[in-house]
Amino acid sequence: MHIKYESQLREPLVYGEKNFHQVTEDILRPIEVKPSRLWYIGFFIAVTLLLFGVYSLYREVTYGIGQWNLNKTIGWGWDITNFVWWVGIGHAGTLISAVLLLFRQGWRTGVNRAAEAMTIFAVMCAGQFPIFHMGRVWLAFFILPYPNSRGPLWVNFNSPLLWDVFAISTYFTVSLLFWYSGLLPDLATVRDRAFTKLRQKLYGIAAFGWTGSTKHWQRHESLSLVLAGLSTPLVLSVHTIVSFDFATSVIPGWHTTIFPPYFVAGAIFSGFAMVQSLLIIVRKVFGLTDYITIGHIDLMNKVIVLTGSIVGIAYLTELFMGWYSQNKYEGYTFWYSRAYLFSPYGWSYWGMMTCNVLSPQIFWSRKMRRNVFVTFFMSIIVNVGMWFERFVIIVTSLYRDYLPSSWSVYYSPSIWEVGFYLGTFGLFFTCFFLFAKYFPVIAVAEIKYVLKRSGESFKPAFEKLEAQPLDSFVHDNAHAH
Amino acid sequence: MAQKKFVVGCFDEEKVLFPAVKQVRTAGYKIKDVYTPFAVHGLDHALGMRETSLHTAGFIYGITGTATAVSTISWIFTKDWPLNIGGKPHFALPAWVPIIFELTVLFAAVGMVMTFCWLCQLAPGVKKHHFHKRATDDLFVMVIECTDKTNTDDLLAFLKTNGAIETDVQVAEEEWWFGTYGEQDDLYNTKQVAL
Repeated sequence: MHIKYESQLREPLVYGEKNFHQVTEDILRPIEVKPSRLWYIGFFIAVTLLLFGVYSLYREVTYGIGQWNLNKTIGWGWDITNFVWWVGIGHAGTLISAVLLLFRQGWRTGVNRAAEAMTIFAVMCAGQFPIFHMGRVWLAFFILPYPNSRGPLWVNFNSPLLWDVFAISTYFTVSLLFWYSGLLPDLATVRDRAFTKLRQKLYGIAAFGWTGSTKHWQRHESLSLVLAGLSTPLVLSVHTIVSFDFATSVIPGWHTTIFPPYFVAGAIFSGFAMVQSLLIIVRKVFGLTDYITIGHIDLMNKVIVLTGSIVGIAYLTELFMGWYSQNKYEGYTFWYSRAYLFSPYGWSYWGMMTCNVLSPQIFWSRKMRRNVFVTFFMSIIVNVGMWFERFVIIVTSLYRDYLPSSWSVYYSPSIWEVGFYLGTFGLFFTCFFLFAKYFPVIAVAEIKYVLKRSGESFKPAFEKLEAQPLDSFVHDNAHAH
Repeated sequence: MAQKKFVVGCFDEEKVLFPAVKQVRTAGYKIKDVYTPFAVHGLDHALGMRETSLHTAGFIYGITGTATAVSTISWIFTKDWPLNIGGKPHFALPAWVPIIFELTVLFAAVGMVMTFCWLCQLAPGVKKHHFHKRATDDLFVMVIECTDKTNTDDLLAFLKTNGAIETDVQVAEEEWWFGTYGEQDDLYNTKQVAL
């Protein structure tokens, strides 16, 4: 038999007097009662934003990219900024579920389900931008390599933009599979508690006929572990490839070898911030503070301060290289277009520095890490900062072209480009509201798995074990086979 | 498919379940399965199940993905339509690494999930016999297959003495897609494992 022992020094992952049934009750309650008025208001706002986004896209598709105020010099503006921003946010879910699974971090159980869902919705939002940026969106399928009547004219496999197509679509598919295979046991739990015929039928279809057989669990564990092993390099590859979109070009400010690790750290940074924003609301509204504890928030804030500092180092390294390379164009981009506060877009660089590098340092203090209000505020700040980062990278590198006759400082997005961005917020939150209403936001089965080891009411039982001399502890627990 | 008779014993503690599994197996009964609300580590070994080879399947799918990517891209760029991209070599392996990697992961993940669903016979709309509703909530449900010689009353009493909080006799038929019920025996080690 396996030892279920965890040091008493570790914070409990589940608070309160719980048993397995109570865990089921607590987590499934929100999806078994009528949603609150707050839910309806939130859902209504989200759908409204989504519809505005759809209308903005209608204008873009009808009249073309010119609707977005992009120009010859600044060909990538808000759209690609938003694309990179959303993809970055979409990194936390798989990181939490895959990387933390491999590192045997028990605390992932409280937050992984919602984070994975968030990942999927964020990647859905991200995908819209490059697709609609193509202009003739009805020809978007040209990016797929399929035998066609135009030669066949194949796609360019040497192009980072095509790598992106493969990376993002693979990432979306694998995240979806990972998320849904993890959901099966929980959907079966919902099905077996169904109080109406319709619920039983619908959740029955969704649960794929899961029974909880030991053999199935054994395979499920193997599946989760291998998917985690696959997703870990995948999650690193996705933002690496997104950074290649820039790094393989010869634009000053983009052409840097530091981009892949710097983008990945930034992605984890913004992803965790988004998880914080969502979960702080979810745990309060759904009364799940026993499962998504202050301890979870504390740990995620540690990740935020770490990745925020890595990003900070990357910014400073770039500045240093801008000077050290003695390349005039690099120096101009980094020291004038970006770091000089009074240059046309200097404000965005310093906005980024303040939000991403300076303000997260507050989380070195344990008191601040465990303060829900500070955390919520900071999570918003970090995401604003990360949006600035992508804007800085894209726009400040583009607006001063090599020829002064092509210089452009007058880029500001049109209402339809902003509308498109708001629309993706609408899509994201519409999906998230529906998810929170119809699916368990916490992995019920996984909480049950850690309950007896990490539950508050079970931890005192370890006192006796800890008092035991080492030899007899080993004798009692390590020779079971 | 034949209907079979099963004796069902429900346990609410892992601490009780593991010795009970051992007792029941030592007594010579055949445990069909134990239904649990979460993955109970070590239970598969206690039941004498062999390891799953799902990860091996995953590896095979993965290298299939690698091979597909390498062969397709190299065929397209060297044979079917060699594009001159800045005078660089047509066979530009380093530039293909990202796509080769992505397809490896994609094939492995999709293949494994489909194999998982196939092996466990899971799909939208599949219905299976549930021995106890609370098996997905808080009970560990042990299901023992009866033969002609099984004395159900004895077995029920035996389960009770081993800590089952609820016992039951059920006649059921597993709804497998292709009637592979008997093949489930393959999942167990045929040689006797040390208990």
